[in-house]
Amino acid sequence: MSKYRNLIIGTAMTAISAAPAFAERFGLGRAALPEEVAAWNVDVSPDGTGLPEGSGSVEDGEMLFSESCAVCHGEFAEGVDNWPKLAGGQGTLDRKDPLKTVGSYWPYLSTAWDYVHRSMPFGNAQSLSADETYAIVAYILYSNDLVDDDFVLSKENFLEVEMPNADGFIIDDREEAEKSFWGEPCMTDCKSEVKITMRAAVLDVTPDEEGAEEASMDEGTTETPAAEEAKAEPAAAPAEEAVAALDADLVATGEKVFKKCKACHQVGDGAKNKTGPILNGIYNSAVASVDGFKYSKTFKSMAEEGMVWDDANLAGFLAKPRKFAKGTKMSFAGLKKDKDIAAITEYLKSVSQ
Amino acid sequence: MTVSFKGKSSRRAFLKGTLAAGGTLAGATLAKAEGADPLITEKQPWAQGLGDGVDATPYGLPIKYEDDVIRRNVEWLTADTISSINFSPIHALDGTITPQGCAFERHHSGAIELKKEDYRLMINGLVDQPLVFTYEDLERFPRVNHTFFLECAANTGMEWAGAQLNGAQFTHGMIHNMEYTGVTLRTLLEEAGLDAAGDLKDKWVYVEGADASSNGRSIPMDKALDDCMIAFKANGEALRMEHGYPVRLVVPGWEGNMWVKWIRRIEVTDQAVQSREETSKYTDTLENGTSRKWTWVMDAKSVVTSPSPQAPIKHGKGPLVITGLAWSGRGAITRVDVSKDGGKTWETARLANPGQPMALTRFYLDTTWDGEEMFLQSRAMDETGYVQPTKTQLREVRGENSVYHNNCIQTWWVNANGEAENVEVS
Repeated sequence: MSKYRNLIIGTAMTAISAAPAFAERFGLGRAALPEEVAAWNVDVSPDGTGLPEGSGSVEDGEMLFSESCAVCHGEFAEGVDNWPKLAGGQGTLDRKDPLKTVGSYWPYLSTAWDYVHRSMPFGNAQSLSADETYAIVAYILYSNDLVDDDFVLSKENFLEVEMPNADGFIIDDREEAEKSFWGEPCMTDCKSEVKITMRAAVLDVTPDEEGAEEASMDEGTTETPAAEEAKAEPAAAPAEEAVAALDADLVATGEKVFKKCKACHQVGDGAKNKTGPILNGIYNSAVASVDGFKYSKTFKSMAEEGMVWDDANLAGFLAKPRKFAKGTKMSFAGLKKDKDIAAITEYLKSVSQ
Repeated sequence: MTVSFKGKSSRRAFLKGTLAAGGTLAGATLAKAEGADPLITEKQPWAQGLGDGVDATPYGLPIKYEDDVIRRNVEWLTADTISSINFSPIHALDGTITPQGCAFERHHSGAIELKKEDYRLMINGLVDQPLVFTYEDLERFPRVNHTFFLECAANTGMEWAGAQLNGAQFTHGMIHNMEYTGVTLRTLLEEAGLDAAGDLKDKWVYVEGADASSNGRSIPMDKALDDCMIAFKANGEALRMEHGYPVRLVVPGWEGNMWVKWIRRIEVTDQAVQSREETSKYTDTLENGTSRKWTWVMDAKSVVTSPSPQAPIKHGKGPLVITGLAWSGRGAITRVDVSKDGGKTWETARLANPGQPMALTRFYLDTTWDGEEMFLQSRAMDETGYVQPTKTQLREVRGENSVYHNNCIQTWWVNANGEAENVEVS
């Protein structure tokens, strides 16, 4: 490598020259048995080295993910609280607070497989079979729009999956790119003026003995602090007259289906905007009209067009969110069954009365 | 007057109290000459009665008056303390060795309790004979002793976008420095035999921990054979659970994540495994969206530990010891300069001892404080001629999204009453 590298090695060799010199083997330890090596040597490399036989579908993965992963990573891999988001973020790496997910950042699929298989689920690591791991990884790919919903990931097609940020990395170039950091530093008259440009006390996020302050910043899961943005004015007041009678059974079914939404949306008394806005009163309300929620550009322009969450629009959006509202922040893949859509609509009506 | 720092609120209360009593912090020392000191003229209970017997604490802890010298966590940083980090109280320590009990912790799946009897270390992959060692086996190899710093690559990472955390503990406390005892990694690799690996130039070792996170990192063979250690003692005693008891890897000068704790496996490979911790994490995103990978070495860095926000000046003007720590992953620290005016002028500090390669170096500037505000900075230089950069210099090359490897010059704004604050200056 470079001259500095050589210097390090030179220094280090001097440093450990106090070590005893020996060349012979000591005959310590014992031979590792093949089954022992097999039990521990399970890491997987980018070229597929270490991948076991097996396969798993997006469909199976969705179920497994819901059972084993969603409690932290969200039903749609969108992340809960400060836990890592696994989906979304494509196109954000050159912006402030990039969102780094398997889809937007990870260069190798092998890394995802290896990590899920060896280190997850959190608190029950190394419990997933090879097929289950293939399925969960397939679902993570699907949640990142990298494969279709009928995709099956297997050892055979593993290397065919293209990772969007595969070429997004360079090897450490500090010794070239930061060459100017080597040299003789200035000692006097180094600058004419010193002004405070930022103070930690103003930000006030340092913990004290009362406990940590509320803030939402993290290396991997940064949320932009809620900046006040001009919100689209509600285009139409919710229709107050003619409250239709509700189908109680359908509301009950809808409440069950709503579990899929709960990771991001709250309803009822004391509901707060989370990853998604509060849904109290959403039925027949103007699009993008919940106070204090930062909507996508898409939603803001829908609001400007005067769109309302009526049956037709709810049905369209819930079936294929990203098709219906291209650019929505909602990472939910959509409800496949019409009866689920009908049920959830009824449930949303019930929380809108 | 004994003042224990317990977070900013009590420090504020203390400052408020002082202000009410005597005007400024400096007032606290002005009262000293009034009359004879009862601590001297009156018999004190500790001078008449008896203290604790020898077995009162078979393993001693710091006296209760030091109970604020502890690791602290910043809760909002992570979702859960099981996979999290805390910070060494560097503002309250001196010298260079970090006591194990307050040396920062970083776990990915929690600190595990692994008995020596249950410990196994496997070497496999491109070796002549895959081997398994017990803890006792490791103790029979020739041993070495070396002192090295361990710095998390994310140390100071919260400060990229601006001054954020108010205290050296929080801005620079993801570091510790210990004297390790163990066996060189080279010794173990040679025991397994490297003929099977052929040309060692393009070979790697993949190292992996025994805990549930199974943290694994790929290390180039030349580093593995150069100075890495399999350590089982730190500062003369067994490693603490939170630092990888009974055995951890030591990778001098390189980012802390590579120092795999509870190390259970060393695999000789012909490629980097590209594990989660060397792709999705511990890679540094530049302004244009591309990211640097394999940024292993820790750049030269320093920080004034006192005075600092958690260690304000309480004695008023006159003699003042400005002190801090400096280190470099590229070798020994050769010089540290200190500025009191935010970088306009610099004076060279005194190194307590000559810098040692990849170990913390203590510096002092024995000075006189005129009671005026200061913008305190320190700037480290290492034996390769590298000079610790300003945050502006770093941002010009790296932008603000790097997360890791922020080795910028730190500024403490010490105001006339002796309080200090983390600020960023032009």
